[in-house]
Amino acid sequence: MEGLDDIVEEFLVESHENLDQLDQDLVALEQDPRSRDRLSSIFRTIHTIKGTSGFLAFNRLEEVAHVGENLLSRLRDGALDLTPSRTSALLMMTDIIRALLAAIEATGGEGTVEVADTVAVLAAALEDVPTPAAETAVVEAAEAVVAAESVVEAAEAPAAAPAKAEKPAAKRAPAKRASRAKAAVPAPAPVPAVETVAVPAPVAAVPPAPPVTPPPAAVAPAAPLAPEPGTAEAGPKGRGVADSTIRVDVDLLDNLMLLVGELVLTRNQIVQYVGRQNDQDLIRASQRLNLIASELQESAMKTRMQPIDHIWSKLPRVVRDLGLQLQKNIRLEMEGKDTELDKTLLEAVKDPLTHLVRNSVDHGIEATADRIAAGKPAEGVLTLRSRHESGQVVVEVADDGAGIDPAKIGRSAVNKGLLTPETVARMSPQDLLNMIFAPGFSTAAAVTNVSGRGVGMDVVKTNIEGIGGTIEVESVVGRGTCMRLRIPLTLAIVPALTIECAGDRYAIPQISLQELVALDAEKASAAVEEVGGASVYRLRGELLPLVRLADVLGLPSDRHDGHVVIAVLRSEGRRFGLVVDRVINTEEIVVKAVSSQLKAIGLYSGATVLGDGAVALILDVQALARRALRAESADRQETRAAITAAIASQERQRMLLAAIGGGRRVAIPLDTVTRLEQVRSDTVERVGSREVVQYRGAILPIVRLDRHLGAFGNDDRETLEVIVYADRGRSVAIVVEEILDIVDGEASVHSDIDDLGLLGSAVIGDRVTELLDVRAAILAADPAFYNPPPGMPDAFAALEAAGAHLMEV
Amino acid sequence: MSTATDARTVPVTSQLATFWLDGDLYGVEVEHVQEVLRSQSITRVPLAPPAVAGLINLRGQVVTAIELRERLGRPARPAGEQPVVIVVRLHGEAVSLLVDSIADVVDVNVRDFEAPPDTLDGSARDLIRGAYKLAGQLLLSLDVNRAVGT
Repeated sequence: MEGLDDIVEEFLVESHENLDQLDQDLVALEQDPRSRDRLSSIFRTIHTIKGTSGFLAFNRLEEVAHVGENLLSRLRDGALDLTPSRTSALLMMTDIIRALLAAIEATGGEGTVEVADTVAVLAAALEDVPTPAAETAVVEAAEAVVAAESVVEAAEAPAAAPAKAEKPAAKRAPAKRASRAKAAVPAPAPVPAVETVAVPAPVAAVPPAPPVTPPPAAVAPAAPLAPEPGTAEAGPKGRGVADSTIRVDVDLLDNLMLLVGELVLTRNQIVQYVGRQNDQDLIRASQRLNLIASELQESAMKTRMQPIDHIWSKLPRVVRDLGLQLQKNIRLEMEGKDTELDKTLLEAVKDPLTHLVRNSVDHGIEATADRIAAGKPAEGVLTLRSRHESGQVVVEVADDGAGIDPAKIGRSAVNKGLLTPETVARMSPQDLLNMIFAPGFSTAAAVTNVSGRGVGMDVVKTNIEGIGGTIEVESVVGRGTCMRLRIPLTLAIVPALTIECAGDRYAIPQISLQELVALDAEKASAAVEEVGGASVYRLRGELLPLVRLADVLGLPSDRHDGHVVIAVLRSEGRRFGLVVDRVINTEEIVVKAVSSQLKAIGLYSGATVLGDGAVALILDVQALARRALRAESADRQETRAAITAAIASQERQRMLLAAIGGGRRVAIPLDTVTRLEQVRSDTVERVGSREVVQYRGAILPIVRLDRHLGAFGNDDRETLEVIVYADRGRSVAIVVEEILDIVDGEASVHSDIDDLGLLGSAVIGDRVTELLDVRAAILAADPAFYNPPPGMPDAFAALEAAGAHLMEV
Repeated sequence: MSTATDARTVPVTSQLATFWLDGDLYGVEVEHVQEVLRSQSITRVPLAPPAVAGLINLRGQVVTAIELRERLGRPARPAGEQPVVIVVRLHGEAVSLLVDSIADVVDVNVRDFEAPPDTLDGSARDLIRGAYKLAGQLLLSLDVNRAVGT
């Protein structure tokens, strides 16, 4: 059975079941020849077999089923009456189909089973001739064959005899007939042929196969070949296909999952309780319970698991057809076909995945001529990869095509009015790449009938996020693109972080959680900056907007000791810190739906029962982000934020206030700031007349704002406060004396009193503040900063050299 | 099963499970009542409508609890008094109602039925079909479907 495609295997299982039903139906039909229902059911079965066998290229099977279907359709429509001879013909068809299926199961091919005679008999039955004549025809046909095949005359005689004698009884007892015919055959020459069932070679060694196909005798090869459950014949390779699987109602499985979920929770309760006991026996028993419950949970989950190949198997055809249509030569490679995930999720991933594949074929892989011109092999390679990774399934769709050019994306975004040219200029290549997920964005240069129909990557992203997954894109111009999906293994049981806020516990799905930061009171007061109502934490230099869960929930936090616990969450490409009272645990939770009126609040995706039996709400991180970050445009790291920022900058500009020494304050537009950093002054090195620091594997030119603006700061500090500014893969560091604040720059009082390096000044927070000419400051550090990059590939190379860190921001 | 929402369609006789709430006796059709629980811990749901008292764990099932006092516009239950939870099943889903205390199941006859007294005010009036005049006591018939539809 190994070596059989899953799809063939499924076909076999299904067909075996259907054929059993067919036998019953046919026999029952004799009693009630007018039963439309039964005829329809038989018709459907044969129709399905015909369709699938045609699809799987089992031609003989298709041929038999096709003629049978014709006969059945006329019977069903009442054009023909069901006579005993027609029933016989249909039963014969059933048997020959069994024989073919058995051959397929044994060898993967149709073997040597001959179908011509069955087809002839069925065709004869299709003729609207009076019953007796048809019957004779059948018999005559059989006899004719018998006569022609003198080789197995001996064998044929007994077989043919019951054929004639039994004609009326035949339909009633196919099985009996089969065994009798089988008994008749072994007597003469081809003994081994029948005995060594299911093994292809000996069957092939019986050249006089045709003679055994006339009406009743046809069952001779069929009976032993068919996998009779439990018989020795079916046994050589273990259980036959039909026995090794069983069809189960999905509702039953869902219910099983539910019960297992309950068991897991009860187990948690017991384990917790027993942990406080000293009774050794009880402890041992609870350990066993713990183990068994875990295994049961795993097994129950597996019942709903299917290999991803179920949805992949349709893709080679998609790729082939599209490739032909687009005249591209594409090879599809698949790695990790066996990776399993929940059936529901599999269904949910199917369409997005197909879309990604179509996209890759259409837009990713270049036309053959272009590939050759680019010095690539003419044949494009599309690779599907899937694997388990820390409780998730990772699915990648990678092509070796032209890659996505961030510059093109940027232009396109500007043309579509999604971004302003200024924003685009400041965005990192990765941010620009992420624009493909923005609503209303399509990179297709021309709308083709393959993809680029407006339903684009944003829909893919929405669908994937709808099932708790994530999508990311990686692309190197000229080398290819890789779309990576991360999908939870199952929806019913998810790993989650339990936290406490205002005395209540809540669960946060692990998939959204990036890290936890705990700050003691002293650190928190320094690192969490409360500015203009918005708090920000500098997480390794990056500005992380903070959302206080207690505030969102409208509850008083019960953490009064100044400690701050931050769960760093990621949602829809945005990162934010959720401030909670305490972190309790990570545990597997069973997701329970909540009523629609609670869902409508837009904060909870469900509820769960914790180990101690208490109910905890599951926070909907996406909704939370949307709700809490509405006004937070400071987080310009990500695409959506960048769009928001573009809008926000038209209304008001947020400014970073910094002291540069000598009591002077400078305001720098916050959206130009990539990150804040502290560097030790003894790490500053010199390159010619310029100062640089080594920063994350790259050389970062620095400009001291005090000197740049002619102020006199304190030079002998141990650490330097640095504002890192990155654009198109280049970064510079601006050194200030102290970072003071972040303010909304509604600086109505502008003045053009300026000086070298300044744009002007304004009154911000009751103090005159100088507006920094960022461009001039940057040019002071790196005169080549604004030079057009020498082609994006170089920018990529630079970035790769710089380590992907800067790209991640 | 009677899901009638109109006084005219009230069956001739029916059984009501009765309970006390702020000094008044209420009844709901017994068919709707799945079970009665005491001393359940309730998880509050921040930002939920005021009548949603929270969620309870009913043998692993998460069930919304409706504070009937709030629903009927009555003053909050005095501190220290534990509510009784009546779990009702509507359209296959379990919802629970918080009441003061549970009373008997009584047989009522439509003869004793009368439209809601005019003294009942707005929000409660929508939820109460009418009153059965029992000996020495009025029994208010609660429309469960409306009561849970916050």
